[in-house]
Amino acid sequence: MNEKSRVSSNPHIRAGATTQTIMLAVILALLPTTAVGIYNFGKHALFLVIVCVLSAVIAELCFCLIVKKKITVSDGSAALTGLLLGLNLPPRAPLWMGALGAVFAIVVVKMLFGGLGQNFMNPALGGRCFLMLSFTRIMTDFTTDTYSGATPLALVKAGEKTDIYKMVMGTTAGTIGETSMIAIVAGACLLLLLGVIDLRIPGTYIATLVVFLLLFSGRGADYDYIAGNLAGGGLMLGAFFMATDYVTRPITKKGQYLYGILLGILTGIFRVFGQSSEGVSYAIVLGNLCVPLIEKITWPKPFGKGGERA
Amino acid sequence: MGGRLTFTGGIHPYDGKDLSKDKPIKDILPKSDMVYPLSQHIGAPAKPIVKKGDHVLTGQMIAEAGGFVSAPVYATVSGTVKAIEKRRVVTGDMVESIVIENDGAYDEVDYGEPSELSDLTKEEIIAKIRKAGVVGMGGAGFPTHVKLSVKEPDSIDRVIVNCAECEPFLTSDYRRMMEEPEKLVEGLQCILALFDNAKGVLAVEDNKPDCIAKLKSLTEGQERISVKALKTKYPQGAERQLIYAVTGRAINSSMLPADAHCVVNNVDTVCAIRAAVLENKPLMHRIVTVTGDAISDPRNFRVRIGTNYHELIEEAGGFSTEPAKIVSGGPMMGFALFGLDVPTTKTASALLCMTKDEVAAFEPSACINCGRCAEVCPGRLIPSRMADLAARGDMETFVKLDGLECCECGCCSYVCPARRQLTQDIKTMRKLALASRKK
Repeated sequence: MNEKSRVSSNPHIRAGATTQTIMLAVILALLPTTAVGIYNFGKHALFLVIVCVLSAVIAELCFCLIVKKKITVSDGSAALTGLLLGLNLPPRAPLWMGALGAVFAIVVVKMLFGGLGQNFMNPALGGRCFLMLSFTRIMTDFTTDTYSGATPLALVKAGEKTDIYKMVMGTTAGTIGETSMIAIVAGACLLLLLGVIDLRIPGTYIATLVVFLLLFSGRGADYDYIAGNLAGGGLMLGAFFMATDYVTRPITKKGQYLYGILLGILTGIFRVFGQSSEGVSYAIVLGNLCVPLIEKITWPKPFGKGGERA
Repeated sequence: MGGRLTFTGGIHPYDGKDLSKDKPIKDILPKSDMVYPLSQHIGAPAKPIVKKGDHVLTGQMIAEAGGFVSAPVYATVSGTVKAIEKRRVVTGDMVESIVIENDGAYDEVDYGEPSELSDLTKEEIIAKIRKAGVVGMGGAGFPTHVKLSVKEPDSIDRVIVNCAECEPFLTSDYRRMMEEPEKLVEGLQCILALFDNAKGVLAVEDNKPDCIAKLKSLTEGQERISVKALKTKYPQGAERQLIYAVTGRAINSSMLPADAHCVVNNVDTVCAIRAAVLENKPLMHRIVTVTGDAISDPRNFRVRIGTNYHELIEEAGGFSTEPAKIVSGGPMMGFALFGLDVPTTKTASALLCMTKDEVAAFEPSACINCGRCAEVCPGRLIPSRMADLAARGDMETFVKLDGLECCECGCCSYVCPARRQLTQDIKTMRKLALASRKK
């Protein structure tokens, strides 16, 4: 050995997970619902998802090149944003809209604020909300060759019945990635098993929404209404894959419970009192904005704090 | 009051203990010059009481304590004082040291008649420990006689021996417990003699069931001593986490174990206390684990303090492959060395030679706020935010948000998927903040 061996501060070993492996795990976990969506809604859905992913990646690459930042597309986060946006679009949305949404998500919501880790809002949801406000008619039209326009969530809001089997399999109207409960839950289980996410946020979110609906929807314990709300819209995809987005959720444990409760209440308000049947995207985006406040009031107490020196 | 036998946070890294755990401790004799840094402990440096050209014997004091919080240093070979000069130590610093040319004769001083514990007063016990130069050998190097001189000895209800050995790759405490458990128990009895209301606890991680069984059978019927099996998790051996696991009492970084009515010492230290009290022997040896995948024959050695690290590597069969990184201590809290030409000190628990440098393998990237660092932080801090504050140089907020509570265990950097140097940033800011506080 020469006398100039390499030195660094402790610790000298590292765990296996990297940003890249985490992003890949989430992408992998989204593949079942992506596949079911494409199977149910056909070729156009496939093209739409591909366009979203490619636009997101290319937008980030170009941004990095133009502003001469280190190129970060290999961390997988841009691809994930594109995929999530694609899954949040109606199956017949035009391809240019997917591309526009992806570019907005990456450039405006993510890169302009400093790139990965600095965005205050989930980029995919930011992109979706932008499209919702700009192209409301297209974004709320879920009609395809196979399905008439109304999502199960819209049906139960109108007082109609739902078909649990269809919601489990995903053979209902909806965005590309939100309809199949079995596929979403399978992906969520993978992330839970890998330790990428935990149940703190999705659990409190879903539980709070159920309680809110029982108390304030005026329908009481209407089984169909509750089932349609849980499985007939964007709740499951949002709760497990978007509310859990690391960058835009509180880092404190207590804060995560509070955040879940807040999302549940906001979603309940939007769904019960709002005009639209959906409410998950806006709830999460609003929740994102409350994160700094939530962290402030839930900052943890260090080990042994408050003890007195004898 | 009982503890939960564990703590919140922590990690389960690959422990690498199989490399060295089943081979007996080997005694080795140094061949070349011996180097004795005058600062091998926290507190004032020791003052040399020999000069160049003096002949010294094994076990002879060569530097006296430089104050109350200080410890003397002893020669561990016989020979001639060659120089008193600055020498490189494991932290990379140059420290004033006494260099002795080993004559290979190992002529020893007379330590006098062994003592019976029952014949000694408390003051005599502490005086013997002080004179022997015993310091915390787990890594901190705090003079043991200071630790044991608590203000209200009667308030101490637990004397805990830290047998956790939670650092990966280290097996020196394990070997000690397997080979000389009776010495450990005798050492604990010496400490218990100082604290009338205390019970002794041998706190072992449950990945060492053979040690637990051995110590249990050895202490059977001893009312004042019990063995506790703690859940295996790094950093279970961190003092505050250990106290919490054993007693359920949580103390912060500015408090002392005595504030939780505890006294904590690690295995090697307790054995050194025994040798000092019962045999009048100064601290001259320690067990060092020489291990890692770059070492031909990883194992534990009983090393004379002052021995050059090159000799330890030679005794372990040399390198099997070129090491990418050499660490003095364990992989979580040890110091990376840029050269092997440093002496074994009182606090050197291991020499770890790795073929892979996992730190250099990745570039740090942006924080994704995943919260893994907060999940594993035994101090219940949010390391990513502390590191941000440190990087920004915001000392005021860093201190306000309790950044000083960090114990530098390294868990946050270990888990960080963005490979950020969280521990390093926080450590640096802590040093600056502590220094400015002293002013």
